[in-house]
Amino acid sequence: MAADDVDDVRDAADVREATTTATNPEAIGYTLGEPLVDTASPDGPLAERWRRRRFEAKLVSPAGRRERTVIVVGTGLAGGAAGASLAEQGYRVVQFCYQDSPRRAHSIAAQGGINAAKNYRNDGDSVRRLFYDTVKGGDFRSRESNVYRLAEVSTEIIDQCVAQGVPFAREYGGLLDTRSFGGVQVSRTFYARGQTGQQLLLGAYQALSRQIAAGRVEMHPRTEMLDLVVVDGRARGIVARDLLSGRVETYLADAVVLATGGYGNVFHLSTNAKNSNATAIWRAHRRGAYFANPCFTQIHPTCIPRSGAHQSKLTLMSESLRNDGRIWVPRVPGDDRPPAAIPEEERDYYLERRYPAFGNLVPRDIASRAAKQACDEGRGVGPGGQGVYLDFADALARLGRATVAERYGNLFEMYERITAEDPYEVPMRIYPAIHYTMGGLWVDYDLQTTVPGLFAIGEANFSDHGANRLGASALMQGLADGYFVLPATLGDYLARQPREDVPADHPAVHEAVGAVSDRLYALLSNNGDRTPDAFHRDLGELLWEECGMSRTEAGLRKALEQLPALREDFWRRVRVPGEGRQLNQSLEKAARVADHLELAELMCLDALHRGESCGGHFREESQTRGRETGEDGGGEALRDDAGFSYVAAWEYAGAGEPPVLHREQLHFKDVHPTQRSYS
Amino acid sequence: METALPTVLGMALATRTDRRPSPARLLWRSTIGKKAVMAVTGLIMLLYLVSHLLGNLKVFAGPDEMNGYAHWLRTVGEPFLGHEWFVWLARCVLLAAVGLHGVSAYQLSRRDLAARPVPYAARRRATARDSYATRTMRWGGVILALFLVWHILDLTTGTVNPRGRAGHPYENIVATFSTWYGNAIYVVAMLALGLHVRHGFWSAAQTLGVNRPRRERALKATANALALVLTAGFLSIPLAVMTGVVS
Amino acid sequence: MNLRLRIWRQPGPAAEGALTSYDITGVSPDMSFLEMLDTLNEQLAERGEEPVAFDHDCREGVCGACGMVINGQAHGPERTTACQLHMRHFADGDTIVVEPWRAAAFPVLRDLVVDRGALDRIIGAGGYVTAPTGSAPEAHATPVPKESAETAFENAECIGCGACVAACPNGSAMLFTAAKVVHLGELPQGAPERDSRVLDMVGQMDTEGFGGCTNTGECATACPKGVPLPSIAAMNRDYLRAVRRGGGR
Repeated sequence: MAADDVDDVRDAADVREATTTATNPEAIGYTLGEPLVDTASPDGPLAERWRRRRFEAKLVSPAGRRERTVIVVGTGLAGGAAGASLAEQGYRVVQFCYQDSPRRAHSIAAQGGINAAKNYRNDGDSVRRLFYDTVKGGDFRSRESNVYRLAEVSTEIIDQCVAQGVPFAREYGGLLDTRSFGGVQVSRTFYARGQTGQQLLLGAYQALSRQIAAGRVEMHPRTEMLDLVVVDGRARGIVARDLLSGRVETYLADAVVLATGGYGNVFHLSTNAKNSNATAIWRAHRRGAYFANPCFTQIHPTCIPRSGAHQSKLTLMSESLRNDGRIWVPRVPGDDRPPAAIPEEERDYYLERRYPAFGNLVPRDIASRAAKQACDEGRGVGPGGQGVYLDFADALARLGRATVAERYGNLFEMYERITAEDPYEVPMRIYPAIHYTMGGLWVDYDLQTTVPGLFAIGEANFSDHGANRLGASALMQGLADGYFVLPATLGDYLARQPREDVPADHPAVHEAVGAVSDRLYALLSNNGDRTPDAFHRDLGELLWEECGMSRTEAGLRKALEQLPALREDFWRRVRVPGEGRQLNQSLEKAARVADHLELAELMCLDALHRGESCGGHFREESQTRGRETGEDGGGEALRDDAGFSYVAAWEYAGAGEPPVLHREQLHFKDVHPTQRSYS
Repeated sequence: METALPTVLGMALATRTDRRPSPARLLWRSTIGKKAVMAVTGLIMLLYLVSHLLGNLKVFAGPDEMNGYAHWLRTVGEPFLGHEWFVWLARCVLLAAVGLHGVSAYQLSRRDLAARPVPYAARRRATARDSYATRTMRWGGVILALFLVWHILDLTTGTVNPRGRAGHPYENIVATFSTWYGNAIYVVAMLALGLHVRHGFWSAAQTLGVNRPRRERALKATANALALVLTAGFLSIPLAVMTGVVS
Repeated sequence: MNLRLRIWRQPGPAAEGALTSYDITGVSPDMSFLEMLDTLNEQLAERGEEPVAFDHDCREGVCGACGMVINGQAHGPERTTACQLHMRHFADGDTIVVEPWRAAAFPVLRDLVVDRGALDRIIGAGGYVTAPTGSAPEAHATPVPKESAETAFENAECIGCGACVAACPNGSAMLFTAAKVVHLGELPQGAPERDSRVLDMVGQMDTEGFGGCTNTGECATACPKGVPLPSIAAMNRDYLRAVRRGGGR
C-alpha cells in the first residue's frame, strides 16, 4: 500500500461536517472515572527514555530469580519469546497454551513480514522514521514513548532472530533482503517468503523448547486459563482447565504475564485461528485490569469472501495483490452476469474513480469501507453479494502470465484451492474481514496492567498501534515485548515485592476456583436447544453489521440493546453435550462465546462513546463533507483531536453495572498530529 | 515446578548428557546407525554378487573355463596366502555381512512393527513411491536367506546337489538346472533378488547420506540398472541350461 | 452432496474405539473437510450426541494442528492439510473413512485427537540454536549464501502436523526430525551445535518409540509442505559424520 504516508496537513476544523454527538456518559451508559496516567514512563528526551528506564529498574539477583515463579499464558511471538527469555534469565517459568503444542499459536499465520529500522538499504530509514510512521499510521492514538521504544528495539529483534536460525530471505551476496510494505517509502520489512510469522514463531518456540527440556520452563499445553487469582490487590496466579482431563487447577506465582493475543474472534468470522479467544484478557478485566480502546479493530480488505453459512473462518491474502489488481463491481445493482460478460463501460472501478491519486492502493480501512459500500448498494458479486472483483486481466496483458505468476503465484494457488476458480481466467473475489485488534488490556510503559503483577504483552495489550496498525508491525511488537521489554521491566516489579507464598487454600484461590467451576457447571447442566456456535454466529453478524467497518450511533445503540438479550438467551438456551471431566470441545467453545458476548458489549459502548473517526474506527457521523455529491475529499474519516486525543481505559464495575471510563490523555511533543487525506 | 537449576545463572547451559557412548555403540543402538550397518553390509554383498555374476558367466565358455576359474579362486593370493585362504576370508566377510544384515533387519523390523501397531481400516491405492520392491523388502529378505542356505548346500557343499561332485561346478550347475525344482527355486530367488537390490541400493544410498536432490534420479536409475543386470545375468544360466545352450 | 462418514470414535485414551457410521446431507462442495465435520458436529450436538473431537486451529494450513487419515491417506487425497482440503474432491454418495493418526508414539486421546508431544520433545532435545536473548551479534555479521538460506527455508516450512509419521508404515519421525536438522545445519548460526544436535534429536526420536526409516518415501508424499525426501539423506549424513567425529564433545 502506498498511502499511509501522506503528509497532507489539513485543519480538521475546516472540513468537519457535523460535530460528533455529545458524549454524555449517562446517555450512553457509563460513568466517568479518574483520569489515568502512565507513571512508569520516564520523561526527558524520547531517545533516552528506554535506556533510562532500564537503568533505573531494580534488579533481581541471580539467586533471587531462582526463587521467583512467573506464569506466562500463551506461546505466540510475545509469549514464546517472553517465556524463553525469562527462563534464560533464571526465573522459574510456568507456561500455558490451549493448543497441543506451543508451536501452533496463531502468530504462525502472519504472512507479510517484520519491520525493523536497520536502514540496510541506505534509503533514509531510521528509528525516528519508523517511530513517526507508526504514530502516524496509528492515527495519533498511541503513546509516543512506547512507540519510540518499539522502533528502537526493532533492530535488535532482527539480530536475535537471525542468531536463532530464522531463515529470512537473502540476496545473492548473502545479506538480508528487505521489501517495502504497508505504504511506507523505505524498504524496512524483513521477510521469509509468505511465512514470516511461522518462521519467527518457530525461532521463539525452539528457544522455549530448549528451556522446557532444561526443566526451567514447566510447559502446560492443552491447558486454558479461565480466571485470574488476585491476592491483596496483586496478580498471584491463574485458574486453568486441563483440556484433556477437564481438571480445574490453580497455579500460583509471583507475577502473571498474559500473551493471549487479540479478540478478533468476537466477530465469529475473522482471520484469527478458530480457537483464538478473549477469555484470558476478559477474565483479567473482570478482576480489575482496565480494557483500553476495545473498539479499535482492524479490517483487512483482501480476504477470500465467505462461501456459505458453513464458513468457519476467513482466509487473508497478502495486500500486495492490490499493487497489480484492479478492484471493481458492476455499475448497476443486481447485475449477475459473469464478469467477462460485463463490458468495460458497465464496470465501476470505484477506488480509481474516488481516489484518483492512490487508486487501488488506498489504505486498508478506506479500501474496506468502499467495498462494503458497494456491496450495501447491491453491487456486490459472488454468493450472497458479499464480494468485489480484484481483476488481473490488465496486469496479465501488461506483464504477461510469467511475471504475474512470479509475483503472486502462491496467492493465486491458495485462492484457487479454496474457491476452485482460476484467477488467471476469472477475476478474484475479495471481501474485507476482521484481522487484528489494536485495543486490549491497558498497560503502562512497563507493560503492566492496572492490576499490579499482571502484565500483558503482544496483541493482548493496547500499547503501540493506536487506532490502526501498520503492516508488518504486529510481529515486531510481539517480539519486542517478549524478548526485550518485558524481561527488562518485570524484574523491577519483582524486585520491589517481598517474596511470600500464597497458601493454596487462600480464600481468593477458593473464590476463583469456585467461580470457574460454577460457570462450567452452569454451561454443562443447561439443557438447552442451541449450540454455542449458533450463538457465536448471531453475535458475529450483529457485531459485523453494527460495530464493523463503519459505525453509527443508531446502529451501536441497537447493538447495545440487543446484546444483553442475546447473552440472556445464551445462558437460557445453550446446549453443551458431554461431561466436564474429559476433552470437551463444545464446553471450551461455550465458555469462550460466553466471554465474547460480554466483551462485545464493551466494544460497542467504546465505539459509541468515541464520537470521532480514527484509524480502524469509522463513525459515519464524523466524516468530511461531500460524500453524497462525490466531491473530492468527501466522506473521509474525520478525527477529533480536541475531543478524543486519549486512550479510553475501561474499568469493570461489576455485573450489570455501567463500566467506568478512565481517560489517559495523549501528548504529542515530537510529532504533530495531521489529518489523513487520500483523494 | 521442580526444576534442575544450573549452578551458574546467565550462562548458556549444558542441557545434555556429558558423555556419549562409543561410536560403535552409538551406531548399533540407534535406528540410523543400525540402518547404516544394513546399508554397508548390503553393499558388500552387492559387490560380491557382481563379481559372482561375472564369474558365473564363464559357464558360457564351457566346462574347462568354468572349472578352471573355480580352481583359480582357491589359489588366489598364493604363495602369500595359503591354499583356499582367500576363499575362506571372503566367506568370513560375507558370513559376517549376512549375519549383521539379518540381525539388523530383524531388530529394526520388530521395532518398526511395534511403532505402528494399529493398521488403518481404509486401504488406499499404492502411490508411485511405494513400489512393490519397497513393500516386499522383508519377505524378499527372508526368501533370499532361505535361498542362500539351499544354494550353499547345493553348489558349495554339494549336499543336496543331484550330482554333487566337488571341484566340478560346471557339471553341478547343469545338474541343478536340469531339475524343475532347481529352476523354480532359482527363478523365484533371482526375482526376489532383483526387487531387493532395486530398493536396497537406493535405500543404502539414502541411509548413507549419498542421496541429494540432484542425484535422486541418477541413483534410482543405477538401482534399477543393477537390479536388472543382476537378475537377467543370473537367470541367463538356468535359461541356457533349459534351452540346451549349456549342457 | 450426501455422504456416508465412517469416523473413529474413542471416548478416551484407555477406552476401546470403533468406526461409527454417520450419514450427512447437504454438504457443499465449497466446504473444507473440517467445515464438513463442523456441520456434522452441530447436527450431533443438536441431537444431544457428543460431537467428534478433532484438533484444528488456524484453518489456513500452517499451524499444523489438524490431521486425520482420510480414506487411508494422511490429510486426504490432496497434498495439503485437512483444513485446506475441500469437499469438491469427493463425489456425492461417497463413503469416507476418517481415522486418527496411527503410531505408537502418538497415542489416541479421544476420537481423532492424538498426543503429538513426542515431536515437541524431539525439538527440545536439540532442535534449536543456543542464542539467549540479548547475546546476538549484528544480523549482517555473518552472510549466508542464498542457496543455503533457501534450503534452510524449504525445511523450516515443516508445520509439525505429524502426517509423515502417520503415513509411514513404520511410524517413523525421520522426515520431521530431518527437516529441523537440515534447516539449522544449513545455516552458519547452527553450525557449532551441528553434531550434538543431530545425535540428540535422533536419540530422542528413538527413545520416543518411533520406528526406523525404510526409505519408502511415504512421508514426503504425504507432507503437506513438501519437505523433500533427500533431507533424510542429509540427516543420515550428518548423523554418521557426528558419530565418526566422536559425538560433538
